[in-house]
Amino acid sequence: MAKPLDTISMPVSLPFTLSLVGLLIAALSFVAGVSTAANFSQFLLTVMAGAGLAIAFAYALISLFDSARPAMIVSALLGCAIGLALGSAGAAVLGIILGVIAARLVFWVHYRQYRRGLPTYLTSNQVLWHYGFRSICGAIFIFLITPILVVLPLSFNAEDFFTFTPEMLRFDPEGYSLKHYRDFFTNNEWQRSFKNSLIIAPIATIISVSLGTLAAIGLSQSHVPFRRAIMAMLISPMIVPLIISATGMFFFYASIGNWLEGSLGFNKTFVGYIKVILAHAVLGIPFVIITVTATLVGFDRSLTRAAANMGANPVTTFFKVQMPLILPGVISGGLFAFITSFDEVVVVLFVGSASQKTLPWQMFIGLREQISPTILAVATILVVISVCLLTTLELLRRRSERLRGMTPS
Amino acid sequence: MKLTKTLLATTALTVFAGAVTAEEMTIVSWGGAYSASQLKAYHEPYSEKTGVTILNDTSSAEAVAKLRAMSEADNVTWDVVDVVAADAMRLCDEGLALEIDPDKDLAAAPDGTPASEDFGELLVSPCFIPQIVYSTAFGYRTDLVGDTPPSKICDVFDLEAYPGKRSLEKRPINNMEWALLCDGVAKEDVYDVLATEEGQDQALAKLDTIKDSVVWWSAGADTPQLLADGEVVMGSTYNGRLFSVIEEQKQPVAMLWDAQVFDLDGWIIPAGLSEERKARALDYIMFATDTQRLADQAKYISYGPARLSSAPLVGKHAELGIDMAPHMPTDPENAKNTFLYNYEFWADYRDDIDAKFQAWLAK
Repeated sequence: MAKPLDTISMPVSLPFTLSLVGLLIAALSFVAGVSTAANFSQFLLTVMAGAGLAIAFAYALISLFDSARPAMIVSALLGCAIGLALGSAGAAVLGIILGVIAARLVFWVHYRQYRRGLPTYLTSNQVLWHYGFRSICGAIFIFLITPILVVLPLSFNAEDFFTFTPEMLRFDPEGYSLKHYRDFFTNNEWQRSFKNSLIIAPIATIISVSLGTLAAIGLSQSHVPFRRAIMAMLISPMIVPLIISATGMFFFYASIGNWLEGSLGFNKTFVGYIKVILAHAVLGIPFVIITVTATLVGFDRSLTRAAANMGANPVTTFFKVQMPLILPGVISGGLFAFITSFDEVVVVLFVGSASQKTLPWQMFIGLREQISPTILAVATILVVISVCLLTTLELLRRRSERLRGMTPS
Repeated sequence: MKLTKTLLATTALTVFAGAVTAEEMTIVSWGGAYSASQLKAYHEPYSEKTGVTILNDTSSAEAVAKLRAMSEADNVTWDVVDVVAADAMRLCDEGLALEIDPDKDLAAAPDGTPASEDFGELLVSPCFIPQIVYSTAFGYRTDLVGDTPPSKICDVFDLEAYPGKRSLEKRPINNMEWALLCDGVAKEDVYDVLATEEGQDQALAKLDTIKDSVVWWSAGADTPQLLADGEVVMGSTYNGRLFSVIEEQKQPVAMLWDAQVFDLDGWIIPAGLSEERKARALDYIMFATDTQRLADQAKYISYGPARLSSAPLVGKHAELGIDMAPHMPTDPENAKNTFLYNYEFWADYRDDIDAKFQAWLAK
C-alpha cells in the first residue's frame, strides 16, 4: 500500500477548520434560535453562543489530540456526561452519538479527509459542490421521509393524543403501548371499514386492469381512429380535479343506483358497493392504460403475426403470446389502481354511504372528529403495506428489464 | 385466471352475504366521545331489542350540505341525523327534514306528562327532537396558569395575567358575545350592541387585542389535543370534550364555566324516506328519546338530558363511577353566568357577521 499523498494527510490551516465548524454549528443554532428564541437579541445570542462554543470545542480537540479515535472517545464521554446531567438515559445516548459525530467532523475537516476518494485534481469549489450536492439530496430525502417516520413512534403512544409525552422521550416503557393497534383490531368501525376496503379495492382493481389493458392494446393499434382523443378521454380522471369528478359521480351514480334499486330490486347495500367499485375502477383505469401502453412500446408486433401464421386465433395469441410479455406492465398498473382505490377518500365520501365506509374515510373522520392515535396505528400498517407493494413493483420492473436483456438500473 | 375467478366469486358472495342479513339503518352523528355515548346509551340497546343493525356515519358537521345534495339526487341514504338546533331549523325551513308531532311520535314521561311538556321550550323547531343541552365553555391547563387560575371569562382576554396561546372557534358565534362582555357591555345589551355595525367593530377590536395569541379551531377535538399538548393555556370547546380530557384522560386541565353558552343538539329525520324506513326511524326516535335513555346518555358524557323528567335519573358515570351532576353544564354551581345560543339573532345576522369575521381573520 502506497502512503497517501502528503497533500491529503497534511492538516489544513487551523482558522479554516475553526471557521467551517463554527459556520456549521451557527447554521444549526440558527434553526434552534428561530424555533425557541423570544426576540432578536436572544436569537442572536443563541447563534453566537453556538458558534463560539463549537469553535472552542474544535480548537481544544485539535490541540489535545493527534488522531480522531481518542478524540471521539473523549467527546462521546463528554456528551454522555452532559446527557446524564440533563437527567435521562435518552439524552445520554443522544449525547454519545452527537459527541462521536462532532469529534469525527472536526478531524474529518482538519485532516482533509474529505478529499479522500475524490480525484486529486478537483478544485476546492468542485469539492464543495460534491458535498453540497449530497447535502441537498439528503435534505430532500429527509423532508420526504420524516413526516412518515414521525408517525411511527407516535402510534405506540400510551395516551389518547398526538403528543410525544415526557415518558416517551425518556424511553420509559410506561409511555408506550400497543393499545391503538388493539383498538384497530377490535373496534367494529375500524374492522368494518378495513373489510370494506379489502372488498372494494381488489374488485375495482380487477375491473380497471381488464378494461385498461384492453384499451391500451386497442389504442396501440395504428388503424384506430381518434386515438389521441380517446386516450385523453380515458386519462381524464387522473387530470380532472378529484372533487369535480366526485361531484359528477355523485349525481351520475345516484340515478344509476336508484334505477338498480327501483327497477331491478337490488339490495341497497349491494348497490352501494357497485357504485363505489365502479367509481374507483374509473379512477384506476388511467394508471393501467399508461403502464400497459409503455410496455407495449417494447412489444414486437411480428410475434402476433408469427402466432397467426401458425394457426393461433387472436384470443389464443393474446393469452399465450402477448399477455405474458406485457404482464409486468399490467401488474404494475394493477398495483397503482389498487393503491388508488385503497387510498381514495374524496370519491367514496360522495358516492358511498355509511355501509361502504372505507379505511381512508374512517381515518378522515377520525382525524377530524377525534384525533385518536388509532389513525396513526392504521397509518403505520398502511405504510408497511405500501412499502411491500412498491418493493414488489420494483422487483417486477427489474425482472422485466432482465428478461429484455437490459441491466436493471 | 382460475385464481382471479375464485377471488371474484368469493368476494361477490361476501358482498351478497353481507347484504342480505339483518335490517340496517344509518345514523349520522358527530363522532368522538359523543358518538360513543350514543352507541352505548341508544344504539346497542336498540339493536338488542329489535335486531336492527345500526351503521354510524359521522357527517353531522356537513349535514345540511349533504342532505341538500342527497335530496337533489333523490338518494337519501341517512335515516336519522344528529344536528344542532340551528341546523335543524334550516333543514326544516328547506323541507329537508320531517315534521314530527311530539305527543304522537315521542314517548310520554313515566308519570304520564306528554312529551311536548316534558321537553317544553326546547322544542325549538317542528322537525327537531331535542336530545341534549351542551355548552361551549373554556378549559385551562392547571399547570400553566400560575397560582390564581382563571375564574372569569375576561381572563381569556387578559394576556398579562395569563400569557400564552388560547384556542377559539373559527367563527364569530360566541366569540363576539364574549368579546363585548369583556369590553364593558352589559350582558343584557350584548345582542343589541352586536346588531349594530359599531358593535360588531367593537367586538372585533376587542378580539384584535388577543388575535396574535389565538389558535383557531374548527373541530371539537382540536382544543382537547391542543390542551393536552400544552400548546395552548386555555381554549373553548364543547364541555363534554373537556370532561373527557379531565376525567377520562386525566390531563392537568380544569373548567372555566363562566359565560358558558348553552346550545341544543338533537335528532331530525330526513324528508323523503320510504314508508318502511320512515317507520323504522320513528321507532328508533321513540325509543332513543324516552326519559330513561336520555338519562342513560349522561352516564357516558357530561351533557344535560333535554327532558325535565330525565334530570333526577342522572347518576354516576358508567365506568369511572364519579357523580355526573357537578360536571353538567346545567349544575347550579356551573350555571351562575350563562348564555343561551340566540337562534333568532344569529339566523338574522349570521351571514353578515360571518363575512366580517372572515375578513377580519384574513387581515
